[in-house]
Amino acid sequence: MSEVWSFFLFAAFVDNMPLTLFLGLCTFLAMSRRTESALGLGIAMTIVLGITVPLNHMIYQWFMAPGAWGWAGYPDLDLSYLALIAFIGLIAATVQLLEMVLERFFPAIHAAFGVFLPLLTVQCAILGGSLFMVERNYTLGQSAVFGLGSGVGFAVAVVMLSAIRARLSYADLPAGLRGLGIAFILTGLMSLGFASFAQMTASL
Amino acid sequence: MAERVSYWSTLTEPLIKQNPVTLQILGICSALAVTTTMATALTMSVSLTVVITLGAGIISVIRRHIPDTIRLIVQIVIIASLVIVIDQFLQAYFADISRALSVYVWLITTNCLVLGRTETYARFHGPLPSMVDAFGNGLGYSLVLIVLGGIRELFGKGELFGAQVLPLADEGGWFTPLSLMLLAPSAFFLLGGLVWALRSVRSEQVEPPDHTPPETEPAK
Repeated sequence: MSEVWSFFLFAAFVDNMPLTLFLGLCTFLAMSRRTESALGLGIAMTIVLGITVPLNHMIYQWFMAPGAWGWAGYPDLDLSYLALIAFIGLIAATVQLLEMVLERFFPAIHAAFGVFLPLLTVQCAILGGSLFMVERNYTLGQSAVFGLGSGVGFAVAVVMLSAIRARLSYADLPAGLRGLGIAFILTGLMSLGFASFAQMTASL
Repeated sequence: MAERVSYWSTLTEPLIKQNPVTLQILGICSALAVTTTMATALTMSVSLTVVITLGAGIISVIRRHIPDTIRLIVQIVIIASLVIVIDQFLQAYFADISRALSVYVWLITTNCLVLGRTETYARFHGPLPSMVDAFGNGLGYSLVLIVLGGIRELFGKGELFGAQVLPLADEGGWFTPLSLMLLAPSAFFLLGGLVWALRSVRSEQVEPPDHTPPETEPAK
């Protein structure tokens, strides 16, 4: 159990999607102006990553990986180059399905963060989660934990950044730094802080 | 063809005036991740420019045949196919760089810049202007990547394209590498500084302080 927990912490803090892997920065910066929208985005990210990474893992292992068609008489078939299209298709389908289910059965939740769902189809962090899962050869359980963990890590980071930016809206910044410039500097400072988590894993 | 002037401005506008990375917040993810050395930055720039130019061309050619409701999926599949081709090419001929770029080549698919251009420009214009526009945006993106990659490699390792430029202190020279330059935070600081510098020169790019809550305004 502690192994799962430490892997979860690794995905959430050490391999933090926006701050150390530079994934999903476009939405990370664009949606962090308000804390409410940042929280909604964070929750949506966690759900979509938690669903798509293990699903993509199954698709990859059963249909795409080298030798996956061995039972059908094609042991040399290697479809892994098609993984990209399969992943994107599955992510788009999941997002669409999730949005329809939420709209039908949980209208309140849909109103709260449903607007962020369509954005997530083309979010680098979502696709990146699946691609890292393939590159690092995670098992099914690991990829589920990795998906959830990196979603939570993204949520924590985006909410923190939005809180800092809300404070800074009272500050008198140099004109050139306003908006995007200061967001980058803040992200850099947060990334510096998250870099210290990398030391933690060494002792885990 | 009286549009020569406008083609030229379509091509050059995204370089500095409408730069996709520093002004439109598009495609930042990869811009930061691959800029630890010049070689990876350059490879990424070329890959992205090829994908975005061809993608815009193809989507523009079939723009009247794509049903509006499924256009995103169609565009993504076209872009993903191009990315797969580029990735296979890199693996075949530049295996080392391909390994260094790891998943970031594949992530060109979801690079907001590519989809942003096809969605806002190529969908409404003919193939030639679309490709010129996409090429210009690719160049604007490349410019930022190469500047960042150059700074980070030069100060992080004292090298450019893997060749020693500044003599290292360990080997009898005077330069002590700043290893922070190779880590994630410095990429954010550098890009923030770049945005600041650019906006100091071109003050029309400065954002209005729109995120200030209106009720705090009269306090001054």
